[in-house]
Amino acid sequence: MKRLAANPVRRVPSRGGIRVLKVTVIVLAVVFSAGPLLYGVLLSVRPLSAVLNEPLNLLPSLGELDFSSYPTALRGESEGGFGLARFMSNTFLVALSTVVISIVFSALGAYAAVRMKFFGQRTVSALFLSVYLFPGIVLAVPLFVMLSRIGLTGSLVGLVLIYMAQTVPVALYMLRNYLAAVPRSVEEAALIDGCGLFRMLRSVVLPMALPGIAATSLYVFIIAWNEYLFALLFLVQDRERWTVALGIAQLTEFTVPVTVLMAGSIAITLPVLVGFFAAQKLLISGLTAGAEKG
Amino acid sequence: MTGALSTALRRGRRLSRAQQEDLQGRLLVSPTVLVVVLVVVLPFLAVVLLSFLDVRLVDIPRLSFATLEFTTDNYAEMLSNSRFWGALGTTVAYATLTTVGAILVGLGVALALRHPFRGRGLIRALVLMPYVLPVVAAATIWKTLLNPQYGWVNAFGTDVLGWDGPIAFLSTTSEDVAGIPVPVTLLTVVAFEIWKTAPLAFLFITARLQFLPSDLEEAAEIDGATVTQRFRYIVLPQLRGVIAVLVLLRFVWSFQSFNDVYLLTGGAGGTEVMAVKVYTELITRADIGSAAAYGLALTVLLSGLLLIYVRVNRRSEVAE
Repeated sequence: MKRLAANPVRRVPSRGGIRVLKVTVIVLAVVFSAGPLLYGVLLSVRPLSAVLNEPLNLLPSLGELDFSSYPTALRGESEGGFGLARFMSNTFLVALSTVVISIVFSALGAYAAVRMKFFGQRTVSALFLSVYLFPGIVLAVPLFVMLSRIGLTGSLVGLVLIYMAQTVPVALYMLRNYLAAVPRSVEEAALIDGCGLFRMLRSVVLPMALPGIAATSLYVFIIAWNEYLFALLFLVQDRERWTVALGIAQLTEFTVPVTVLMAGSIAITLPVLVGFFAAQKLLISGLTAGAEKG
Repeated sequence: MTGALSTALRRGRRLSRAQQEDLQGRLLVSPTVLVVVLVVVLPFLAVVLLSFLDVRLVDIPRLSFATLEFTTDNYAEMLSNSRFWGALGTTVAYATLTTVGAILVGLGVALALRHPFRGRGLIRALVLMPYVLPVVAAATIWKTLLNPQYGWVNAFGTDVLGWDGPIAFLSTTSEDVAGIPVPVTLLTVVAFEIWKTAPLAFLFITARLQFLPSDLEEAAEIDGATVTQRFRYIVLPQLRGVIAVLVLLRFVWSFQSFNDVYLLTGGAGGTEVMAVKVYTELITRADIGSAAAYGLALTVLLSGLLLIYVRVNRRSEVAE
């Protein structure tokens, strides 16, 4: 340290050195982030024998391009496929129901949290925060017992109920920031003009907070689409009702060709990525709103 | 007289408006509270209850309050089981390594992408991708990449780097590398979780970096402070708050992580963390009481660590 201080020339890390470091970090970050997904895409369009014989050679030659893994993964079992299309429609139904219920409930709650003073407010927000941090695996034990008892295992309704409870705290937290940005004066003007509370929420607050609500909905959708643990616990016996996450995870246990497995993984990732890239800016600002407090 | 009346009226109206607000507020949160009580609070109470019962999966249809017999056997068995202590150690190591790793990686990438350049938006989006991917798809692709027969990593290692043979990344508890035992599989799972969660750290730190005032750094630069000095004395202190939040969130979530470990290894190769243990007790061993005891132990430990964290944080805030 002392020796360095005595030598002012060496004390200053060269700008070139910092730049090289920066570029290296960025290149590595991009390779690691996008690499595995790209690998999955490349394997999914090659014939199985090529993948097994030349694992190091990743670029398929034009002649050997083979897209048949996708229809094989998507087709129903009776047609020699693996039923992914059905898993996708199951998951779509579950995720969409979760979004609708979760967003309606959390929008009402978020509005109350932002604009109103009421008894028990602190208890309620502490409750939501603890749901946010509470281990899901622990709840799996009693929920499994309870749902088995009332016969809701193997039903998508039970799953929607759980996803809703798991996503409401996050949704409420994100929506709070968006709703707080709606000017209070506009709301008051509507109320003074004789608008009821629910009508005011629907025709004044909702339209103004729409981008935020869209971003939150997308986030909830992604969580529900990706969820694995509860789908595994409640649906594993019932192949007709499998979700995409459960389906792909179960297929890895069978002797499914790796190319089909990759095609399936890419197919279930695609909807998530499309949504993410479409609403990227909105999502990012919603997710980081809490970080600004410092 | 009229003045007093109008004050009373006004006071009366204000009071009733506050009451109205109170009522409406409670009405608006009640659906959410109801679901949370049903799906989170009641089940949690049930875990406590179940952990003191000797119940197995086959007993579920016949379960009734009248015939319950309380016992502490589940806890006695758990605490005397070496696998419990093993799982605990693995969980602490896993949570610590992934938390530190994810924050360091997130910080590094956030700093590298701090100043605008062409294409930064696209790179930011690419870097965030692992966080939104379905964990099942990500794990399936990683398993293929690491496969000993046809995975790219082992092919690259043996053909290009000259490894003696392929490495079973997902089932090697310990492997001697230059005489030092290395927990290969645990580190692989840690790497996966860092890969999957570093984007969140990146996102939070980037958001904070955008709000740093630039004048301090500019003044320091004019005074001849080096890049490292500016980082160490100006940027880093201002990131302390957001890093503290990240340490809390990441540790709590990694400590209870189930999906990542279970999907990659199923708990093999020395990666049996507490969450996986809860699952195997429940499903594989069909022992509900024991699963509940493991689950409650996980919760109690996590709450204890949270309390310590809050204490320490508060003390350091007071000290400042």
